[in-house]
Amino acid sequence: MIKLVIVGFGNVGQGLVELLLEKKNVIGKIIGPVKVIAIADSKSSISGNFSLKEALEIKKRRGRLPENRLAREVVEEEDYDVLVETSITKIDDGGEGLKYVRTALKRGSHVVTSNKGPLVVAFRELMKLAEKNNVKLMYEATVGSAMPVIKLAKKYLAFCDILSIKGILNGTCNYILSRMEEERMPYGQVLKEAQELGIAEADPSYDVEGIDAAAKLVILANTIYNLNAKLSDVERVGITKVSPEAFDVAIEKNYTIRLIAEASRETLKVTPRLVPLNHPLAIRGTLNAAMFRTDTAGDIVVMGRGAGKMETATAVLSDILDIYDSSS
Amino acid sequence: MRGCRYTSSKLLTLVVELEDKPGQLVKVLEPISKIGGNIVGVVHQRGKKTPLNRVPVEISLKIDKKKVEKLVKTLKELGITIRSIDEVRLTATTSLLLIGHIIHTDLSDTIDRIDSGGVAEVVELRISMPRVNEPSTAMVTISAAGNEKLREAVEKLKNICYEKGIIVIEPVNEEFS
Repeated sequence: MIKLVIVGFGNVGQGLVELLLEKKNVIGKIIGPVKVIAIADSKSSISGNFSLKEALEIKKRRGRLPENRLAREVVEEEDYDVLVETSITKIDDGGEGLKYVRTALKRGSHVVTSNKGPLVVAFRELMKLAEKNNVKLMYEATVGSAMPVIKLAKKYLAFCDILSIKGILNGTCNYILSRMEEERMPYGQVLKEAQELGIAEADPSYDVEGIDAAAKLVILANTIYNLNAKLSDVERVGITKVSPEAFDVAIEKNYTIRLIAEASRETLKVTPRLVPLNHPLAIRGTLNAAMFRTDTAGDIVVMGRGAGKMETATAVLSDILDIYDSSS
Repeated sequence: MRGCRYTSSKLLTLVVELEDKPGQLVKVLEPISKIGGNIVGVVHQRGKKTPLNRVPVEISLKIDKKKVEKLVKTLKELGITIRSIDEVRLTATTSLLLIGHIIHTDLSDTIDRIDSGGVAEVVELRISMPRVNEPSTAMVTISAAGNEKLREAVEKLKNICYEKGIIVIEPVNEEFS
């Protein structure tokens, strides 16, 4: 019996619970029975004898869980094998999520997180803490959601020298740029459209200034190149100044423009780039993609949805499976 | 939308043989300047002295294509031995997109500063200006004598544009990464 505690009960937390219900049989076949012993967010929690359905229903009906015990206490007090940490990303200091991750690792529990904050702020520290306590810290969901990037690099490309990674790691920016390319509408107008569609936030700066993509790049580069890079180490230019005319000029040389995150041993940057129209990264809409250039395996490209409730929950589940699946 | 194209002068390597005594170099450089050539580098090849005790001197210069013939004629008339004159082969090329107040921040200065290194030059420029006083967009194509020189030139362009508040959009091309 694998005992989970879930902290953060927003989209990703709820998605994971739905997935655990929906995929119960197949999960059981691969890693055996999984039990969620507590769910908590910053204001409320549920623990003891409860059903997952019940937890979802209460949260949906009341906007909170029934008990007053806070996530912090749950993480300190419950006896669990895996902490699933899905709290809201705080990019500056890691926020509460960082505290939960530290506590769980110190207590000798595995951690699976979808939250970039702790990893951007304290990557090396957390990895060492996990190693010292002989547990795993997994974070596939933090980069490109369900698109397999972290485990691809760490497992399948483990023996390769990864010369560079270039990727589209923010769906909002890619949507805006590909709409500008198609319609030649100005940036502000496309942004408004994206906000109405729920693709961009009311305050879009985190996405359009390239901060979100840079955070993912930091995690990816730290993983692959064994660095302790921080957000401030990334050369970063957003997309707000890209004009519709830029696409006119670019197309004459068969280029389009995309926000590309690039990491290598020499570079760490998120900048708008000219991308040949037939290049694997010239993708449209909210898709994400990553291209690994390796010494022995050539180029490897993955593409997929870089965000979304069930997509991110799928990535979280893949990490839980990875911890316990003895056949892999 | 308005547009224009820009073609720069030729980059040449001229090798002349000079007597090994003071005042010889200026005999060559002066006429080059008078004709309108821009000297970007001079190397004395002292190790390669000729049997007649002359020193080969390699001069890199930029000059209008139409004036090359006149230059050769002038130098010959002055009795200078020209060993060779070659166009520098610019083998590496890349295009970059610039967005910002490209014209207002002195476009020709931007181009001159790239060209002045002597190892790279702006071979094509395509500008799109949506409205007066609004940011314009330019596709700059730079050629250089090899990838290393091209990288240097791109770095230089990025620095100049950073100074001038112009955004540089680099290509993601694999051969130039």
